[in-house]
Amino acid sequence: MAFSAFASAAPAQEPAPKRRSKIALLLLAPGVLYLVIFFLVPLFTLVTTALQAPTASGDIGQYVPGFEIGNYATVLAQYSPQILRSFGYSLVATVFALLFSYPLAYFIAVKVRHRPLLQNLLLVLVIAPFFISFLLRTMAWKSMLSDESFLVSALKGLSLMAPDAHITGTPFSVIFGLTYNFIPFMTLPLYAVLERLDTRYLEAGSDLYARPFTTFRTITLPLSAPGIISGVLLTFIPAAGDYVNASRQFLGGTGTTMIGNVIDSNFFDLQNYPAAAALSIILMSAILVLVIVYILLSVYVWKTGTEGLL
Amino acid sequence: MTRSMPQDPMIQRLIQQARQAPITRRNILQGAGIGAAALTLAACSTGGSTKPTPAKDKSASVKALNWANWAAYLDEDDKGNYPTLVEFEKQTGIKVKYDVAVDDNNTYYGKVKGQLALGQDIGADVVCLTDWMVGRLIRLGYTQEFDKSKIPNAKNLTPTLQNPDFDPGRKQSLPWQGGFAGICWNKEKLPNGLKSVDDLWDKSLKGRVGVLSEMRDTMGLIMMQNGVDISSKWGDKEFDNAIEVFKKQVSDGQIRNIKGNAYLEDLKSEDTLAAICWSGDITVINAEAGNKWEFAIPTAGGTLWNDNFIIPVGSSEKANAEKLIDYYYEPEVAAQVAAWVNYITPVVGAKEAMQKIDPALADNQLIFPNEETLAKTKIFRSLTGAEESKYGAAFQAVLLGS
Repeated sequence: MAFSAFASAAPAQEPAPKRRSKIALLLLAPGVLYLVIFFLVPLFTLVTTALQAPTASGDIGQYVPGFEIGNYATVLAQYSPQILRSFGYSLVATVFALLFSYPLAYFIAVKVRHRPLLQNLLLVLVIAPFFISFLLRTMAWKSMLSDESFLVSALKGLSLMAPDAHITGTPFSVIFGLTYNFIPFMTLPLYAVLERLDTRYLEAGSDLYARPFTTFRTITLPLSAPGIISGVLLTFIPAAGDYVNASRQFLGGTGTTMIGNVIDSNFFDLQNYPAAAALSIILMSAILVLVIVYILLSVYVWKTGTEGLL
Repeated sequence: MTRSMPQDPMIQRLIQQARQAPITRRNILQGAGIGAAALTLAACSTGGSTKPTPAKDKSASVKALNWANWAAYLDEDDKGNYPTLVEFEKQTGIKVKYDVAVDDNNTYYGKVKGQLALGQDIGADVVCLTDWMVGRLIRLGYTQEFDKSKIPNAKNLTPTLQNPDFDPGRKQSLPWQGGFAGICWNKEKLPNGLKSVDDLWDKSLKGRVGVLSEMRDTMGLIMMQNGVDISSKWGDKEFDNAIEVFKKQVSDGQIRNIKGNAYLEDLKSEDTLAAICWSGDITVINAEAGNKWEFAIPTAGGTLWNDNFIIPVGSSEKANAEKLIDYYYEPEVAAQVAAWVNYITPVVGAKEAMQKIDPALADNQLIFPNEETLAKTKIFRSLTGAEESKYGAAFQAVLLGS
């Protein structure tokens, strides 16, 4: 649209293509420069760091440029439980986020469509947590879930929890934190597609004697698929690399560390930069592969009408 | 699969142009050249193991100083001023910027290490860091040597601290404050108290014990419980034995959490009822959150650590920094600081000066430990670079649950 507006404003006769190409290049330059400086150069540094070798003295944090491809094997062997755990946790958190977000987004986008004031209010409530720092909110949950908190005491009082059981430091609390923190990233894209849902299709469905579930399965779900796809990507990708929720300072413990925590520890505590860099590259590549497979599946196998993603 | 061309004429033309600019060999070579240049840059920024050269001293002309230190580590009044520092500025005319920039030895080191390796300014002319980190900085040549004639008050340094193995003769470091790592517990929930590190592993405390993420304190206490003298020359066997104990308590769920300064939050929220902790902190949280906790040096012994002044290699204010260090080695000033921070002052004569400020504090074993108390504590020996890597990795592996 922007392009056609631009074209129509241009003079009717064709200007020399060469000159236009220069303008296009000039317009592209800031973006390209930005990408080179802030993406390509750091990426090169990351790749080279991952291949560094320790100095002869083996002193902490001292590395020389090298070609230690074995760094990858070492970190994979040592940290594969944490890598798998990261993807497991973020997958579960994404599924929960979807289960909670879908009805919510549907309610806001469809059910209260004719009451704009309420609709806007509800949307603000979805975004409201962003007004407070992510860390503070996670910290607040930590104290709400701590052993002497009202919640845990009540659960123990009702014998719903063993006396020596905990909530913080367990996989439950980490997945809970991930789900809670990333839910808006799922709700908003879902809202965006459901808001455009034409309810006349739903009426047509019921006119044709489809049960509500069939209507949902054959009409609402396919029409909202692009929102589900982008919501899943927006939730899964940051959740897999997250290191706050699983951190020992927040909701995690020693048994719930994710790859982000391993990178943090290797970088800051052990000054093992090659290991941290290799793990970052593994994380990036794994996410990239998973995302590509997911998009291919959604476009060619599930036929969700999300070709725009390719 | 053929895709229909977008109808927009502008886009169609852009696509045409793109097709007319195929990838040529020269393009690829250019790209590779840029890549290689980036690689070289990256290599330069991280490589090099030669020691940096100290910056030129400009103290004579520039009367300013940046001091990086830990939180709650300098006397502060209600208005947020630092009385002893204000006095120093008045006496010397040197403007000091006091920056609470150190939250953790490792994190701070991670932040400034690049500049240190290149001998550049790190935004601080004097920094207080813990023994082992100071040892590392000295080993790597990241500090400047003091001109002791400019620090006459250094003669007030406690004799026992004059020759640490990481800096014999205190040529490049001088202690700021020190403290003990020991055990502490919630007096209300555990009225009988704890005596040794083994008491932390009691079944009744399962899942309610916290330990420090500072390796030398946690491992130091466990090793001492195992009967190892941590200040003498021990080796892999002693360390591995202690790591086994630690690993077992973590995997059994006896140890609830392993943290740095944030362990105090767990004590307050009662997630942990007993912990390995730092002496000065317990005084502080007792004052803050009710007199609920007690600290003790375990029967098998506690660790003694110091945070030390150092002048980073890139500082151009060496003489000013030396004046500051000298000032804080005056017993009266040291006493004033100790009365506020509640840690051990390394300055001889501060105890006598403290008698005038607050006689009760002068008898506090955690601020002015006597021979008997000091005999119960040991300093964790300096590790070589390779040991630091190896033991650090073993300790972190337990923290990461692998």
